[in-house]
Amino acid sequence: MLLKVDHVTMYAYDRPVRGVAQSHRLTPSRFEGQKTVEWSVTVTDGTRGGSFRDGAGDWIEGWTVKGPVADISVRVAGLVETSDLAGVLRGHREQVPPECYLRESLATRMDTALLKLAKAADSAPDPLSAAHALSLAVSDAIAYRPGATHAKTTASEALAQGEGVCQDHTHVLCAIARAAGLPARYVSGYLFATSDGVPHEAAHAWAEVFLPGLGWVGFDAANRCCPDERYIRLGSGLDAQEAAPIRGSARSAGKESLTVQVAVQSVQQ
Amino acid sequence: MTPSFNEMYQNGEVRIPYARLEEWTRGMSPALRTQKQAEAEALFRRIGITFAVYGEGGDPDRLIPFDMFPRVFTAMEWARLERGIKQRARALNAFLVDVYGRGEIVRAGRIPAALVYQNEAYEKSVVGFVPPKGVYSHIVGIDIVRTGPNDFFVLEDNCRTPSGVSYMLESREMMMRMFPHLFRENRIQPVDRYHSLLRRTLNSVAPAKCTGEPTVVILTPGHFNSAYYEHSFLADLMGVELVEGADLFVDGAFVYMRTTEGPRKVDVIYRRIDDAYLDPLCFRPDSMLGIPGLMDVYRSGGVTICSAPGAGVADDKAVYTYVPEMVRFYLGEEPILNNVPTWQCAKSDDLKHVLENLADLVVKEVHGSGGYGMLVGPKSTKAEVEDFRHKILANPGNYIAQPTLALSATPTFVDEGIAPRHVDLRPYCLVGETIELVPGGLTRVALREGSLVVNSSQGGGVKDTWVLAE
Amino acid sequence: MLSRTADNLYWLARYMERAETAARLLEVGARISLLPTEQGYRNEWDSLLRSTGSADGFAKKYGEAVQRNIESFLFFDRDNPSSVASSITAARENGRIVRTALTTQVWDALNTAFQELRQIERAPRSELELSRLTDWTMKHAAMVRGAIDATLLRGDGYNFLNLGYYLERGDATARLMDVKYYVLLPRAGYVGTGADNDQWMMLLRALSANRAFHWAYGGEITAAKIAHFLILNPQCPRSLITCVAGANNHLSRVAKLYGQSSQAQTRATALLTLLEQSTPETIFDEGLHDFLSRFIGLTADLAVSINDTYLSGDMA
Repeated sequence: MLLKVDHVTMYAYDRPVRGVAQSHRLTPSRFEGQKTVEWSVTVTDGTRGGSFRDGAGDWIEGWTVKGPVADISVRVAGLVETSDLAGVLRGHREQVPPECYLRESLATRMDTALLKLAKAADSAPDPLSAAHALSLAVSDAIAYRPGATHAKTTASEALAQGEGVCQDHTHVLCAIARAAGLPARYVSGYLFATSDGVPHEAAHAWAEVFLPGLGWVGFDAANRCCPDERYIRLGSGLDAQEAAPIRGSARSAGKESLTVQVAVQSVQQ
Repeated sequence: MTPSFNEMYQNGEVRIPYARLEEWTRGMSPALRTQKQAEAEALFRRIGITFAVYGEGGDPDRLIPFDMFPRVFTAMEWARLERGIKQRARALNAFLVDVYGRGEIVRAGRIPAALVYQNEAYEKSVVGFVPPKGVYSHIVGIDIVRTGPNDFFVLEDNCRTPSGVSYMLESREMMMRMFPHLFRENRIQPVDRYHSLLRRTLNSVAPAKCTGEPTVVILTPGHFNSAYYEHSFLADLMGVELVEGADLFVDGAFVYMRTTEGPRKVDVIYRRIDDAYLDPLCFRPDSMLGIPGLMDVYRSGGVTICSAPGAGVADDKAVYTYVPEMVRFYLGEEPILNNVPTWQCAKSDDLKHVLENLADLVVKEVHGSGGYGMLVGPKSTKAEVEDFRHKILANPGNYIAQPTLALSATPTFVDEGIAPRHVDLRPYCLVGETIELVPGGLTRVALREGSLVVNSSQGGGVKDTWVLAE
Repeated sequence: MLSRTADNLYWLARYMERAETAARLLEVGARISLLPTEQGYRNEWDSLLRSTGSADGFAKKYGEAVQRNIESFLFFDRDNPSSVASSITAARENGRIVRTALTTQVWDALNTAFQELRQIERAPRSELELSRLTDWTMKHAAMVRGAIDATLLRGDGYNFLNLGYYLERGDATARLMDVKYYVLLPRAGYVGTGADNDQWMMLLRALSANRAFHWAYGGEITAAKIAHFLILNPQCPRSLITCVAGANNHLSRVAKLYGQSSQAQTRATALLTLLEQSTPETIFDEGLHDFLSRFIGLTADLAVSINDTYLSGDMA
């Protein structure tokens, strides 16, 4: 599938700011399931800083805006050729040992309810079926309801609430997979999804679980499936904060308001 | 517990390195002593060498107690220590490069993967990045205790930002001012090269992108930090700027400091703040101490951070157990300095032993420092021991235990005259293009009679440490 | 030098000067409370507080303006950012942060002031006469200033310290004059009366300038002479023109040192020119209060420029 991405993030400040610094995970991963045809990231009034591929295989790019500026927009545009690998992250070069992803983070801290949910893996005959069982358990435990949670909602809170968005599904899945002894991580990316006629949020998140023999495999509990050719993978981390496509700060920030527009379209070949 | 080794007197005889000090103390009247002590205190206060005590109110500018009785090593004793310390510093750095690279030592099964990769101090974000010259820990502070004439043990390693070197330098300065004749009578190796060696070490790890003389800065959490004096002292000695996070900013691919003449590029940051506070875009997002974007500059080779983020995994108290193994694995040598036997409560056999012998052991938190959160079994009440038992049972992985060592004692001026007090030693090994060690270190002394806790925050003082020339 | 270092030096100086101003106010206030005036002493104290811009803060906390409360407020009160105790503590803290940019002598002077302050704070108030407190403050302010002049390298740090001193001092003189003219004077009919003269004397005393004034001018005290002395006479150490010339001089030195001129320097030069071209007549034509308000505003603009160019680190 040839997917065209147009993603604009607008930051507007109530008074001009100086010294804006951002760290981007905004470039598609390199693996057999996706090939970048063209890609560009631009920041208004920005200076491109250091860039490198980190140990997890993500392309990281620093940006700074000296200011003072009243608003900043980050524009991502490009074309990616994708194919369906049934969720398997084949051919992705990375150095971080999978054991690192057994650690908890603030957003994925364990509690008894999560531990109970992790029991879904108990009767599975092998790790792959365990991961599927866990993903399904999350899909069943949390109903998709935009606005029910916020950016800082933890796995534990989301599960207690029983509803949330892809971020919450992913946090919960990461937490219980780790509890079941499977390294798991949070993945951020894009999703092209209009096939069922229902508009979905095009900025998306899902989990990856490390399975012996297969390596990292994606599980999208929010959509009850594994990532396929509709998905574009950007980067990963222990939780949403670590995997965030944009992390930023401004030196003299007053109030900041954020607008995001993402469009992912299929291009006829 | 066996009686402790007295470094000055053995079998009623004065040991050779202390020979001349015997005379000196005999010649010192109580009045002179009081006068000298007051002089020392006034000098310390004047130069502002004070420290703040964690978790206590009171005077924020308390003086660290200084004991005028020096602690002495012979050239031979030191030669062995020096070899052992340098060996250890090399192995620790080799370990860091390895576990952030291919992880050979883990693959070889010489250290458990979980201990390294699930360690809180293991910094995933720097995996695959090799810092300039392959050095992670540029200043390695190794805490050493002595139990006999030839028995030295490493108590712990400090690979992040060991503090206290200012006391080493100031104690020497103080002694030379107050007792110059002692330096004529005893041939004492100087330590005052430390700051130029430190500067050279920091210069030597400047990033490849830096052309010309590197700009070095010391990054402090600020003047409320207990070690602020040391930060400003070192900055002053080296002739580099002492900066806070807000003095630095990222522009493009480099870090700059804000000066009255405009931005100035910074090449090497000797930081005295923890990893978690370095960069809110990579670590704790709520940190006000850090520099947003710093880690991206660092990982793309625009600036060097000393110690390198992630270095803490080597000085974790549970990883400590494996340092002798690192020496063998990376250097193919036998360790010159031994570890104190250590039981890891994470292991069930060890835990059993610890719980059965709690009253005889020293128990420490794996990530603790500064002498806090520890149990000294023989010095604790039954209730304290039981209280600690519950803590260990609640989270065994968080604790390690060691036998209560009979730390050596050196003569120390106390109210009643001169009496032996327990001491340890922290030398500061500098690792850059070369490995350097000045002959000496910080001797910390437990001033309370019988106490084994030498931390300044817990009633410890400092002494000048002499290494005699051959 | 680091912008933050320059900023701390600049504020160190401002706070030391501010401590001195608070002490001068106290001394003068105590003295005039001994004089019989129509207003009674209370109003005079109030006027003094007004010159520091802290009358409201005082009223809220203490209510009645009696001497003991004023002493508490102007000397001891840590809630009053302009009190002697607050100012000296802040100056010392600024110094501690940039300890290595100071000489041992400067640090000693600053630290000694702070340590003694803490002893004073512990002493029973009954043992602390007002004159002792004010003398003590002036003495230590002079010692710090003296140590700076005698021992500090004439580098950029020295210039930023002096900028702090001159700006704070110019501002204090202008505010004191303004209070005298605008607040103390209840009605125009007072001009030239005995009460008016007493008040001018008080003002001169507050600036330690009463004897100097008599040496320089002699005879009757008139508003014109006073204005000339405190605004336009470069011999008076606290006159506005002296302070602006000082600031201008140090800004020029910084600009020369850095090989870069600045907006701050342009502003200081313009302000100096304004003063050089003024006469008592033009000042009174404009109205003393209006003139002083304008001066205070321009000084504040200059401070903003200095901050933007050198102290904030945002220049580039």
